Amino acid sequence: MAETLFPNVNWDRMWGATVDTLYMSAISVVATFLIGAILGLLLFLTATDNIWGNKLIHVVLSAVVNIFRSIPFIILIVLLIPFTKIIVGSMIGKNAALPALIIGSAPFYARMVEIGLREIDKGVIEAARSMGAKTTTIIWKVLLPESMPALVSGITVTAIALVSYTAMAGVIGAGGLGNLAYLEGFQRGRSDVTLMATIIILIIVFLIQIIGDSITRKLDKR
Amino acid sequence: MITIKKARKIYPSKKGEVKAVDDVNLEVKEGEIFGVIGYSGAGKSTLIRMLNGLEIPTSGSVIVAGREVSKIKGAELRKARQEISMIFQHFNLLWSRTVADNIAFPLEIAGVPKAERDKRVKELISLVGLDGRGDAYPSQLSGGQKQRVGIARALANNPKVLLGDEATSALDPQTTDQILDLLVDINKRLGLTIVLITHEMHVIRKICHRVAVMEGGRIVETGHVLDVFKNPQQPITKRFVQQVTEPEETKETVDHLLDRYPHGRVIQLTFVGEGVEQPLITNLIRKFEITVTIVQGKISQTQNGSYGILFIHLDGEEEELDNAITFIGQHEVGVEVISNG
Repeated sequence: MAETLFPNVNWDRMWGATVDTLYMSAISVVATFLIGAILGLLLFLTATDNIWGNKLIHVVLSAVVNIFRSIPFIILIVLLIPFTKIIVGSMIGKNAALPALIIGSAPFYARMVEIGLREIDKGVIEAARSMGAKTTTIIWKVLLPESMPALVSGITVTAIALVSYTAMAGVIGAGGLGNLAYLEGFQRGRSDVTLMATIIILIIVFLIQIIGDSITRKLDKR
Repeated sequence: MITIKKARKIYPSKKGEVKAVDDVNLEVKEGEIFGVIGYSGAGKSTLIRMLNGLEIPTSGSVIVAGREVSKIKGAELRKARQEISMIFQHFNLLWSRTVADNIAFPLEIAGVPKAERDKRVKELISLVGLDGRGDAYPSQLSGGQKQRVGIARALANNPKVLLGDEATSALDPQTTDQILDLLVDINKRLGLTIVLITHEMHVIRKICHRVAVMEGGRIVETGHVLDVFKNPQQPITKRFVQQVTEPEETKETVDHLLDRYPHGRVIQLTFVGEGVEQPLITNLIRKFEITVTIVQGKISQTQNGSYGILFIHLDGEEEELDNAITFIGQHEVGVEVISNG
């Protein structure tokens, strides 16, 4: 059945490409979560009349985030080629896509984190301060747990964006399903390969959404 | 326990300076329940936040439990805050934590070991009457229960002072009374000093020993609750006292009565303490050739004694009326003739 519908698909290579896509997505999601959370926290805490209120740092950080968020991803990859070569040593292969993936999506996620944190009731932070909590305690025991559903639903959206970014990165040589669909599907005119790659990407996206939603629901006790 | 000297808080704003707190002097004794009443914008929120260093006065000093809260910073201030806890109008519980974990939060901050924490949380849960609800999340509780969690959390580190920031303003009247009873109970049992800010005279009447009235950032009147009720000095204080002593419809009823009985006089009697229990009306009718109609009356309990107010209508010969009013004045009762009809 699969042979007749997808005559040109090489299943070993399709599987290998799927693993590559999963690898690139997973690493970049973890890194984006960490870097984005830190950037988002900084954006939130340095805002005027907040705990670390500092206009200069806030404005600079905000500008950096906005710039990287605005550059189209495909252009960002190209711009980052020299940087990638220094860090990874190559611009071909699955690892070569990681710097661009992370730099492209962490600022995007940082904004979501900031929005999530701003939705926390100011009164709760005030209550923690009135109990004599240190800023680090407030971050770990108030800000992060109270914004966790927003952080998780944010990373779900970002992870889905990252899967499609990996496909774009694949076009310029990063490997994965996007690379396979472009080289073997599009350039050789084998549309069944493109279709199969698309189906697998859709499945990955659906799985991410389902998992993300169920975690968010479990965490949210409001 | 608390001494505020010449405290000022001035905020810069586009239209010039805003004096949120203006030259406030205040003394609160140990074990006292002290109320600050004022309309919103009177500066009472800023004032109460000076007591735990959430607001730093622009000038003046604030001393709580022997520490100059307006000066200390960092670790010392955080340590002081563990002894000056606060409850809030909107409870400010962490929704992500259960009732027990919310109460444990200040203990975690104070670095209390887990086993001791669990034991203390258990005690506190039953102190505030929430047995069996330890594993519930705040979203599963009613407003009154949430405030009980707030109170338990505030008591966790055995504070010396409890600050109440409009602690009952988001609750219905019945729940308000339950929470107020709990606060009185805690005050008596633990000897805790309590400072409350509110805009409801009912709260002051029900639990406070002394009261300060705030208007425009200043304290315009201070005194024992019963004295303030008996003899309010400032117009704003009179308005607050009327909140509890006169039901809203009193004025209408009196107007109606004045229309209906063009003769005689409508008189407001104020009873304080002992005076409440005298058979004054009986004596009036027995001694004078007059008719007495009761229009409206109310007795309120305060922490220092009871306080009653009674509107009556007297009718009869002018001379008899004057004599009757003089007679009332000889007792421990305040008399005010509302109108000569």
